[in-house]
Amino acid sequence: MAIPGTVKEAMARAEVKSVYGNFINGKFINAVKGQTFDNLSPINGQVLCKVQRSTAEDIELALDAAHAAQGKWGRTSVTERANLLNKIADRLEAQLEKFAILETLDNGKPIRETMAADLPLAIDHFRYFAACVRAQESGAGEIDHDTVAYHFHEPLGVVGQIIPWNFPLLMAAWKVAPALAAGNAVVLKPAEQTPLTILAFCELVADVLPPGVFNVVNGFGVEAGKPLASSNRIAKIAFTGETTTGRLIMQYASENLIPVTLELGGKSPNVFFADVMEKDDEFFDKALEGFAMFALNQGEVCTCPSRALVQESIYDKFMEKAVARVKKIKMGHPLDPTTMIGAQASNDQLEKILSYMDIGQKEGAKVLTGGARAKHAGELATGYYVEPTVLAGHNKMRVFQEEIFGPVVSVAKFKDFDDAMAIANDTLYGLGAGVWSRNGTTAYRAGREIKAGRVWTNCYHLYPAGAAFGGYKQSGIGRETHKMMLDHYQQTKNLLVSYSPKALGFF
Amino acid sequence: MTVKRVDITAEAAKLLGELAGEHGPLLFHQSGGCCDGSSPMCYPRGEFRIGSRDVYLGEVGDTPFYMSGPQFEYWQHTHLTVDVVPGRGSGFSVEAPRGVRFLIRSRLFTDDEYRELKAAGPVQVGPQHGA
Repeated sequence: MAIPGTVKEAMARAEVKSVYGNFINGKFINAVKGQTFDNLSPINGQVLCKVQRSTAEDIELALDAAHAAQGKWGRTSVTERANLLNKIADRLEAQLEKFAILETLDNGKPIRETMAADLPLAIDHFRYFAACVRAQESGAGEIDHDTVAYHFHEPLGVVGQIIPWNFPLLMAAWKVAPALAAGNAVVLKPAEQTPLTILAFCELVADVLPPGVFNVVNGFGVEAGKPLASSNRIAKIAFTGETTTGRLIMQYASENLIPVTLELGGKSPNVFFADVMEKDDEFFDKALEGFAMFALNQGEVCTCPSRALVQESIYDKFMEKAVARVKKIKMGHPLDPTTMIGAQASNDQLEKILSYMDIGQKEGAKVLTGGARAKHAGELATGYYVEPTVLAGHNKMRVFQEEIFGPVVSVAKFKDFDDAMAIANDTLYGLGAGVWSRNGTTAYRAGREIKAGRVWTNCYHLYPAGAAFGGYKQSGIGRETHKMMLDHYQQTKNLLVSYSPKALGFF
Repeated sequence: MTVKRVDITAEAAKLLGELAGEHGPLLFHQSGGCCDGSSPMCYPRGEFRIGSRDVYLGEVGDTPFYMSGPQFEYWQHTHLTVDVVPGRGSGFSVEAPRGVRFLIRSRLFTDDEYRELKAAGPVQVGPQHGA
């Protein structure tokens, strides 16, 4: 594959338009108030395209379209809905390279990752939920000889979804695929940092999905997100983001008594027991890669293994190898297929990461490598780049307790199993964790002890459909990427039927 | 008490004044978690419900600043300054449409400051402003 070398070439290759409308009722239309805003590429900080700056009026139009479409959509057969999801997957797959380029332009992540992870995973999610809904059966329970409880799955109706900017298309796929599979109509607001790829996705599916079934409204949280989340015309709101906005979303949902699913991030521990260094073999090499995984997606992952806990007895030797591994991470142009770490998604993200490097050092954390903004030449000079950074300190430091959302790992020592578990669980969050050990019993016990929704065991950062993803503690509510997500988008209809002709005899 | 837990830069204070003119009285709530977490969220004062376990850190200008109680446990030894930077911040914070984002800068309290804060007694929790 020949990847275009510059942002301008890539924009031409991926057919980026100068302005995009909202996608409502199967058509692109401008915002009612006629306002737009610039969507920047973090690669060079320059304008990629303009998108609509929507308000409550636009959300209402999208809700009108969704309500008009949902009744019929919800009554289509699961076969029909599954076939359409599979068609979406096929089309995305046929244009994988174009969408990978778009995602790299929009988010700044390296093309290597969008080609190998974002796009293949998004495609697979549509296929997975097509398969799940086909295989899902209703239930019939025999209460007694003449009384039967039937349980049917019914869609919730029209649902709202607010999508983050770190994996724009993949996070949309996580939420859109189960919602559509279950027969809901969707009104989706992408993050204002990364609206482009989802708009190109709308172009791709415009003639696949019936008009109004899937609607995308762009804009800012306060102007477009709020009227969506607080609307009494949605049956559910799904949000991925952070804790304060998560509370606000729940507060809005409480006004309408509707369910929420929330994914609010974490501060995931990655625990390395001493036996990983028993041999210098393939497994140890894999463990070192597991340490370096904090740099995946520039650290902009809710489950970034941003706290590495290393057993005291191997600490010095392990860290020497681990830091050497991190130093091999190749920084560079996100469109270069050999680049391993790209641009942070926005300037404020960059500033926040630098502010954490600052307070980390003021608290006494030692910089083992990195620790600064990365300066690149050419068109990257105006982009947002950070060096992969390893800080050594202790778990009470703020860099161990707050999601920096950058390529920064904070490393601490632990003495024994109990100490490791105490440190791993000393956090407000519980989304992800990693455990590395050659001893299956140690790994199993640690995995069960850590209060997190997913514990990667002798691996990290795998996101296959079919493995449930979601948080303990303040990391959220609900489980995605698994067939159980269908339940989050379905009502249970119970028909309790008597086949007996006899009265009960009460009256 | 003379030691403040939270301050604001002149530039951020100017923006805050403009936003208050547009939206009415505001408040800050410090976020945690991913994406736009670890940043202060600025909302119209009646918009966000301050809970009984939220900690009140003080006022920046005439705008109250809160943080969740458990998060404060990990932040209490640091002095915060609300700043503003260009950026496309997400979330529902009111400054985002202007292409800027409030940001927290931090430093450790000096020993003297920390002693004074401890002597002043426990922090106030729950809403400290009128609805």
